[in-house]
Amino acid sequence: MSETITTSHAAEAPVLELAGLERSFGSNRVLRSIDLRVERGEVVTILGGSGSGKSVLLKHLIGLLEADAGTLRFDGRDATHLREADWIGLRKQVGYVFQGSALFDSLSVYENVAYPLREHERWTEAQIGGRVAACLEAVGLPGVESLEPAALSGGMRKRVAVARAIALEPGTILYDEPTTGLDPANSRRIGALIRELQERLCVTSVVVTHDVQLCRDVSDWIALLARGVLIEQGAPADLAGGRLPEIAEFLNGAAGEAPDAGGEGGGVEG
Amino acid sequence: MSAPLSLGQGLVGVGDRMLWTLEQVGSFAQLGVRTARALFARRFPLRSALQQFESIAVRSLSIIAVTALFTGMVLALQAVVSLSRFGAKPYTGSFVGLAIVLELGPVLTALMVSGRVGAGITAELGSMAVTEQIDAVRAMGADPVQKLVVPRVLACTLGLPLLTIVADVLGVFGGMLISAQSGISPDFYLSTVLSTVTLADFLQGFGKTFVFGWLIATIGCYMGLNTTGGTVGVGRATTRAVVIASIAVFISNFFLSKLFLMR
Repeated sequence: MSETITTSHAAEAPVLELAGLERSFGSNRVLRSIDLRVERGEVVTILGGSGSGKSVLLKHLIGLLEADAGTLRFDGRDATHLREADWIGLRKQVGYVFQGSALFDSLSVYENVAYPLREHERWTEAQIGGRVAACLEAVGLPGVESLEPAALSGGMRKRVAVARAIALEPGTILYDEPTTGLDPANSRRIGALIRELQERLCVTSVVVTHDVQLCRDVSDWIALLARGVLIEQGAPADLAGGRLPEIAEFLNGAAGEAPDAGGEGGGVEG
Repeated sequence: MSAPLSLGQGLVGVGDRMLWTLEQVGSFAQLGVRTARALFARRFPLRSALQQFESIAVRSLSIIAVTALFTGMVLALQAVVSLSRFGAKPYTGSFVGLAIVLELGPVLTALMVSGRVGAGITAELGSMAVTEQIDAVRAMGADPVQKLVVPRVLACTLGLPLLTIVADVLGVFGGMLISAQSGISPDFYLSTVLSTVTLADFLQGFGKTFVFGWLIATIGCYMGLNTTGGTVGVGRATTRAVVIASIAVFISNFFLSKLFLMR
């Protein structure tokens, strides 16, 4: 049913590799058997209906959730059974944009974006301030440093979350619905940013999204998650040739929620 | 046929419940160990710990002051009436002093703190958990135990004993106000307090509050970090945290008192 995603650079060690990943919540089998390879410097987009388990899958990639079965390799290293303390070092190399932004309500925008810098770098305040300003500029939000997250709109919060994720210039960035709640112009801006990071810094990205335009704009590889497995995958060029019928159907809005509901007990977030 | 089946189902239910409880106790103990380890981590969150101390201890002063003052006053009120029946009214100071310093000061302070601080910790961390902020801390390569739990546990463990000293002093003072109205001079009242309450008595009550403070904060953090179910879940976790922390204070108080009295 599921096939391993392999890309043009499959000979190199993948940045992320899942094999036979399974995860259930009670009787709800959300992920049944996920095989996924994400090569360095590529943008892989995971599509799927609401409740299909895309967010759950993304969280497994950096150990925020632990799989019931299967293996995970991170940068060539077996990370299946890493302890939380061991994950801390690895996560420094990864940026994560959460679906609900997950900004710290008690901190200002400045402190939110500065958080990973303070955690991992020994920088002066001027250096931190410079990086924070540059990251906010990159997402089209200059000058909002002093605002509290509660004072921001949903779209602004999402862009601050992206700014925070790129603050450490990580090698890999995981995006959970990065354009949800954004207007078309800002959605395009986020898409352009994902592409720019890939081209300029060879950043590897895994994007979970419903956004058809974003998917078309940024993807090197597209996978469709349904019924707990990645049922189809391919390059965007394959869409035109009719080689990815299920993904084409999904992108055209013909796919209903029912096949993607993720299993026996109903769906989960994402 | 149905009776044995029901009995079997009931036993399975009890077994499941016991396993769940053991799992919770194990996870709680694990959090305690991780907190203790994180205390000695390379980058101690001093700034955050001081902020929590201000939030937990300093901002609890007013409610502790009111609670202790009125507890001392009502104790003296009852003591004057009750002890007069035996001609023992002059011992009001001794009675109030011992009751406040040994039990009421530490326990009432702990209960007030578990209501205000324990609930606050659970609500705050619970809200963070359901909005993925705890996951965000982890995703950025930080340790939520070091960042969020250690400052709160440390502030509460050290703050509660200091609040108890305030409660002891104000409780005795409240008793003195009422005693004075009943014809017992403040000088005599204080001399009976000081002659009855020994340093060992004070240390017994004071020593227990370190355990109370640790319990309240750790239970609050545990419940908060494990909150699920959105805003409804936050409310449920907060209520449970206060109830469990209060019961933990009462139970640990008994065993700690027993331990101190075994000397």
